[in-house]
Amino acid sequence: METRKNIDLSAIRARLEAAQGQEYWRSLDQLAQTEEFAAMVQREFPEQAAELKDPVSRRNFLKLMSASLALGGLSGCTIQPSEKIVPQVRAPENVIPGKPQYFASAASLGGIGMGILVESHMGRPTKIEGNPEHPSGSRGSNALVQASILDLYDPDRSQTVKNAGRISAWSIFLADLTQRMSLHESDGGVGLRILTQTVTSPTLGHQLQALRARFPQAQWHQYEPVNRDNARAGAQMAFGAPVHAFYDLTKAKVILSLDADFTSSGAGNVRHARDFAAGRRVRNGSKASNRLYAVESSPTATGSIADHRLALGTAHIEALALKVAQGLGIDWKGPSVPVDFSAHDAWIAALVDDLKSNPGQSLVLAGDQQSPAVHALAHAINHALGNADTTVHYTEPLEVESVDQRESLSALVADMNAGKVESLFILGGNPVYDAPVDLDFASALDKVGYRVHLGLYDNETSELCHWHIPESHFLEAWSDTRAHDGLATIVQPLIRPLYKSKSAHDLLAVLTGQPGIPDLDIVRQYWESQGLDAIAWRRALHDGFVEGARPEAQSVELGTLQLPATTGSLPEEEDLEIHFRPDPMVWDGRFANNAWLQETPKPITKLTWDNAALVSPATAERLRLESEFLAELRFDGRAINAAVWVVPGQADGVVTMHLGYGQQRSGRVGRDTGFNAYALRPTAALWSGGGLQVNASYDGYRLACTQDHQTMEGRNFVRQASLDYYQSHPHFAHEGTHDPPDDLTLHNRTDHQYTGYAWGMVIDLGSCIGCNTCAMACQAENNIPVVGKDEVLNGREMSWVRVDRYYKGSRDNPEIVHQPVPCMQCENAPCELVCPVAATTHSDEGLNDMTYNRCVGTRYCANNCPYKVRRFNFLQYADRDTESLKLQRNPDVTTRSRGVMEKCTYCVQRINQARIEAKKAKRTIGDGEIVTACEQACPTESIIFGDINDPNSRVSALKASPLNYGILTELNTRPRTTYLASIKNPNPKIVEA
Amino acid sequence: MAQVFPRSANWASKASILVGLVLVGSILAIVLNINRIYFVNQVNVPIDQPVPFSHKHHVTGMGIDCRYCHTTVEESAFAGIPPTETCMTCHSQIWTEAPILEPVRASFRDNVPIEWNRVHDLPDFAYFNHSIHVNQGIGCQSCHGQVDQMPLMWKAESLNMEWCLDCHRDPAQYIRPRDQVFNMNYQYPADQESLGAQLVAEYGVQTSQLTNCSICHR
Repeated sequence: METRKNIDLSAIRARLEAAQGQEYWRSLDQLAQTEEFAAMVQREFPEQAAELKDPVSRRNFLKLMSASLALGGLSGCTIQPSEKIVPQVRAPENVIPGKPQYFASAASLGGIGMGILVESHMGRPTKIEGNPEHPSGSRGSNALVQASILDLYDPDRSQTVKNAGRISAWSIFLADLTQRMSLHESDGGVGLRILTQTVTSPTLGHQLQALRARFPQAQWHQYEPVNRDNARAGAQMAFGAPVHAFYDLTKAKVILSLDADFTSSGAGNVRHARDFAAGRRVRNGSKASNRLYAVESSPTATGSIADHRLALGTAHIEALALKVAQGLGIDWKGPSVPVDFSAHDAWIAALVDDLKSNPGQSLVLAGDQQSPAVHALAHAINHALGNADTTVHYTEPLEVESVDQRESLSALVADMNAGKVESLFILGGNPVYDAPVDLDFASALDKVGYRVHLGLYDNETSELCHWHIPESHFLEAWSDTRAHDGLATIVQPLIRPLYKSKSAHDLLAVLTGQPGIPDLDIVRQYWESQGLDAIAWRRALHDGFVEGARPEAQSVELGTLQLPATTGSLPEEEDLEIHFRPDPMVWDGRFANNAWLQETPKPITKLTWDNAALVSPATAERLRLESEFLAELRFDGRAINAAVWVVPGQADGVVTMHLGYGQQRSGRVGRDTGFNAYALRPTAALWSGGGLQVNASYDGYRLACTQDHQTMEGRNFVRQASLDYYQSHPHFAHEGTHDPPDDLTLHNRTDHQYTGYAWGMVIDLGSCIGCNTCAMACQAENNIPVVGKDEVLNGREMSWVRVDRYYKGSRDNPEIVHQPVPCMQCENAPCELVCPVAATTHSDEGLNDMTYNRCVGTRYCANNCPYKVRRFNFLQYADRDTESLKLQRNPDVTTRSRGVMEKCTYCVQRINQARIEAKKAKRTIGDGEIVTACEQACPTESIIFGDINDPNSRVSALKASPLNYGILTELNTRPRTTYLASIKNPNPKIVEA
Repeated sequence: MAQVFPRSANWASKASILVGLVLVGSILAIVLNINRIYFVNQVNVPIDQPVPFSHKHHVTGMGIDCRYCHTTVEESAFAGIPPTETCMTCHSQIWTEAPILEPVRASFRDNVPIEWNRVHDLPDFAYFNHSIHVNQGIGCQSCHGQVDQMPLMWKAESLNMEWCLDCHRDPAQYIRPRDQVFNMNYQYPADQESLGAQLVAEYGVQTSQLTNCSICHR
């Protein structure tokens, strides 16, 4: 355990108050200018990372050295092993070896499906992209969807049927089950219970109805730890019915987010991000931009792009919602407007005016974690503003049966404890780990006579069940789901199950007396019964959704709002609140064993491999907490230890714990990472609760944060201005900077004339939300390995595109900006000059080619790269032995080995493919024909790639914009990757105030 | 103390310098040329196959076009190795009892693929694309040799990088009209130099780009 030097938070505040103008800073360490930080920026890698790190004995050292000499010296001289070519016996139609195919499917989270296109190489799904034709999708996607391909090939997935922990078989289970079901048949299934996660799948719903027909007394419960109970209850409160609301951001000019991270999590986030960014972009001539007000307790991707952001706790958000409602003349019964909440009155008044002047073109969104009262108020405000049917639409609930999941699970546990449950089937999920802690699901489970768990992993719940059935991944089994607007979407498998796994449909088919019926037939038969003939079915498979299969739109009537009397009553000044939130990367814990997600820095905190107790700087100061020290969190009679992380922009008095960490059985990757927040989470406070006690300790805990690695020492990288300033100073992005003229060079420019294509990229910082999807897409496309927590601490993470996050302004509520940094593909590339073996060279199209097989690992190039975008394989990071992981790799990209430098290539495999196809067709490559992986995945379409020699290309037009600037151009590197300065659209009334 | 080495040992020490130089020179020569030796690069060494398939018989004897079996050569990076079904289109009718063809029939019957031994195997870090070469006028024979004369398949060329670069630096030496790509008996004209240059221009081959690393490595 290590201790760190104290950061003097008061000194930071003093420094900030003294600072003038736009000052960006990357972390509290930098701001405090600690010695440790100064040491870190001097090194490329922290703490001896460049040298051998492990405690090495002389013997080990010699062993390693001799091994590396042997490997380094001789590996190039091996004779190639002979290989086999194995053609198929009967070739399937339309499969061209060497060319990928794409199939439409859907990835679901919390019951909401997103349309995807899955790339398949000779039957192996390798990459997931968004389905642009799907209402919940766009060309882009999000990090979770990108990474879910890795789950399919996870070697730690459950692979066999287990009975009481021992390997068994499906046929033995069937025999056992048939016996069991015959007992239930006699009494109509009185003691038979099914526990599922949120079910929107029409087919699964149909099967559950059939189950009820067979066992009329059986009961079906639903529970998911990250559920939408509050949204449901809020709709009930406002409209008297649990209607589902979905949003159309294309028409929204003024948006208020009440702790809703709508661009990067929750229903329809990919679509929301695209529509929001489209309404935000300020391009040449355009003067309109939407305006986002965000109120949230812990900074999120959405909050970071907001024009105005407030960091508030639960009750304060309720109070703010009440004040906004009051300002719009909305009546309610119950609480009075809090009088002691006046700090933000000017802000609220300006917001109310803004909303009022945009009736029908505004939108208020409440986060799924906000109380029902906030949802009800949001509905009322949208109603008062006439947003219904323009920016908000209402339908019947998407769930087959809409229930309050908290009540549903509590009822189940009560029955289990009362001995009323004889057989329990848990279809998916991990309730032993993630059920509210006061329910004590594990001991209730012990009272059930016959327990069956179907799950992707052999987890805490399977351990306590008699039978565990491995569940098929969504790319292995047929199913269906619903989009955020309710459109029915077919889940099409890409591959036969890798292991002997079964889907929920298979298991329910057994329970309904149809064992052995293939899941395709189950789904197909359901849709046939809905009038989908063979042609329409094929069309649905091709498009990815069933045209027109939406739940009915609802016209809603706003009743009198009856809010709980405690809404908006502020806690004591000193009171601490705990907030539970889904983790931006591992969600509720289902992705805990996904190494890509674990190692991708979380959007705001830049932490990897751990969660932490997030506190604001002021609260940390008050409670004497420090980053990377353990603290005891005591809440509602229970306590856990968690490492503290101080987050600028966090609401004071709020400790946020992300869910999903601290699992004991999730597999080699996820086991023993982070801290289990579920161990504190009671039914009464699923999302937040007051009365938290935090006790600081002196035990250190290293958190692998990538934030301070490869710091750029405070230069002017992110440029930003308000819309008004931009209109008066269109060239603000170049004010006070030095861009060398084109001809200022000693180099012989005749080397590269760039007469053909000249690839370039523009990244629009104005719409980047820092969601990491680009990094994740790059990881999947380019076979980038993960390195593990220890190596991240050494600064050896391999991600080719890092997303830098800078803070600006006050310590307590700073503005947050993001900057994705891939290779700049410099025209005067410093890396190329220093390579002694010409492993990195310049191509005729302006790429800095990296030839792995030539690289001898001197690392001179990385040392000479001013942008620090080169990554070195210090060890053999790529797993070459695990069979299942081999299937995921992109066959068009080399899997690099130890001792080799690597970096972003602008997805040269895609460029080459497009060039070859264009040449064969005797044409030139069209604009937009080559889409890099990051560009394709970006949900806000902030990354644009193309030919800068083509004056009509999108990228040329953007590079001509006055907003376009390069970073470190004063070094005359002439980067091909440039940025568009960010334009924010703040409300002048708030700015003046 | 007497001298350890007698005066007559001088010539030996002088000779040892020479011998040392020769030794170093030969080691260098071996290391640099080892991949040019046939038993290392397997050039002209026939490779055994589970079924002794004769290209000579099928191409010269029967007149079957390359693309009958290697179906994807014009559209994909991979030329395609025919599925067992392709063999059986004929061999379900002719030579149906031939013992030599039993592995083919067994494959078709039992649905187990035939495992052919790979003859042309580039290293995994080199990404070769058949379709672009065929479409830009590089004949099959330029790389694969007189396949129509091979009873068993062998490599006609080393497939070393220097061999690739020989053409990539100056494709005019080897380019031929597109309609002659699959002609196994194509004779380069006497004025190949000028015809080649003309074809390079006509087909839009950007010679300078062909030696960019990322053309083959990525």
